[in-house]
Amino acid sequence: MIDFCGIALAHPIVNGSGTFDAIAARQAFGDALLADFPFSAFVSKTITLSPREGNPPPRLWEAQAGMINSIGLPNRGLRGYLEHDLPQLAALGVPLITNVMGSTAAEVAALVEGVDERPEIAAIELNVSCPNVATGLDIGADPASLGALVRAVRPLTRKVLIVKLTPNSADVAAVALAAEFEGADALSLINTLRAGALAPGSEAPWLGGVTGGLSGPAIRSVALAQVGAVARRVALPIVGMGGVASGSHARDLLSVGATLVALGTESFRDPAAGSRIARELKSLQIAGSGSTTLNEAEAQVEVDTNCTDSR
Amino acid sequence: MRTQAPFGRRRVAITGAEDVGAYRVLHAADLDGPVPQPGQFYMLATVLGWGAGQDDRPFLPRALSFLGAAEGQLSFMLEDVGPGTRRLCALAAGDELWLTGPLGNGFAAPAHGRRAILAGGGVGIPPLAAWAAALADLGVAACAVLGFRDAEHARGAQLLDARCPRTVATDDGSAGHHGLVTDLLSAQLDGDAEAEVYACGPPRMLEAVRALCAARGVPAQLALEAGMACGFGACFGCVVAVRGGGYARVCVDGPVLDADRLDAVPVH
Repeated sequence: MIDFCGIALAHPIVNGSGTFDAIAARQAFGDALLADFPFSAFVSKTITLSPREGNPPPRLWEAQAGMINSIGLPNRGLRGYLEHDLPQLAALGVPLITNVMGSTAAEVAALVEGVDERPEIAAIELNVSCPNVATGLDIGADPASLGALVRAVRPLTRKVLIVKLTPNSADVAAVALAAEFEGADALSLINTLRAGALAPGSEAPWLGGVTGGLSGPAIRSVALAQVGAVARRVALPIVGMGGVASGSHARDLLSVGATLVALGTESFRDPAAGSRIARELKSLQIAGSGSTTLNEAEAQVEVDTNCTDSR
Repeated sequence: MRTQAPFGRRRVAITGAEDVGAYRVLHAADLDGPVPQPGQFYMLATVLGWGAGQDDRPFLPRALSFLGAAEGQLSFMLEDVGPGTRRLCALAAGDELWLTGPLGNGFAAPAHGRRAILAGGGVGIPPLAAWAAALADLGVAACAVLGFRDAEHARGAQLLDARCPRTVATDDGSAGHHGLVTDLLSAQLDGDAEAEVYACGPPRMLEAVRALCAARGVPAQLALEAGMACGFGACFGCVVAVRGGGYARVCVDGPVLDADRLDAVPVH
């Protein structure tokens, strides 16, 4: 088992927010999904205070070794999520992490308070890739804005608080330090890289949302650099992600300082990728450890992932 | 109508491939897969050489409705229109595919005693062919009206079950009626206003069929196509705007939707 901020996880592979709809997947695959659920914890898509329909299509563009998405955070809103989605997600049998986003500190506070009331939820992840309504800059791109947001919501919950960092900032480690200073329990990175595409034979943008986020193997080396940069400056556990498609990619992120590894785009190509990559990772760890039993190998990779209670 | 898929992708062998006019037909041995419902689809990627085409594409698997299914065998029909279909068209017996499916909702049978008219054409042939065979097995009266660019493409009409009578239109008049599939559909509906329509085809053709059925008050089920990353509801990329606001995911809410859920079939 892995200890992530006091949450016991069967292996280090989770999903990135917004990359796996477990409710729709159960409709497609039935109870076979539950029998072999690919992730050791389930991260919800981003929940906002009010329902959102998402961006007009087209929402996808296939890029070189990756894809650009411009989905626009469709969701039922906080109330719909808690009433409709959460009871179904609780049936997955793994710890639940709820990702939330608001455009003001008051909105985020209302989300955190709403999620905090539900015992089924183990952790809250803040999506800070959202423009500050006052400055127009992404909250997560600016250490001062991000620090102020974490300071405002940290006292509202004793649940594990994860801050998901955007790679679209000048200095990701500075933003990470602000989150740590204000009491975040863990960090997750990287979110997608802002990207665009032109409609074939045209000078007009292809995506209905004009720009989107680049994901997939194309961003793996960026993720490796940013996770490493943050891990060198910050003591918090890190959920590393970005282009992971195999056990060796996951091992690379762990080796530069991640505690958990999240999958996104690879699950689109292989719905059970989480289980496959967890298996591949375990094989690599056994082979690399020189130990002869699974338990020894597990013990060896179970580095100190306990959070200090910084509240 | 939905058959649930085994969880995860599975590796299957191509058992044969042939050209039918402008189209390529692939046969695969899907020994572990369930029997799909007509209108359902699969996500396909080649095991080797996926990503080796123009601009290092394809990267994502491609969504394809099945053409036929029997005893551990699946067939697909496609046209080389981009890096994904180009790679799939190059497959030969012995090559391997990654396959996920069957996915989505298929067609629902017409109300008792009503005739089915299958309308569409081009790369929309597969779900109509699968449905034609199922309707014949069920003993439901059906016919097909099919439109194509030219005689070479119109050879795709051969892929429909022999028990389903069909008429063909081509844009250039090189086979069948010189004109649009909606001309043929209008004539059929003139003769049987109680029929129900099942449609699949290129977006502009599908929209013309939808508009004609809406104008005549004829119930229609449309098998939609959309670019999608995953096929099982994860990516939210394949949405279509629905009547009254909001979006439906083509992969899990469709690909077959009742026509009255849409104001229009999107043409992008």
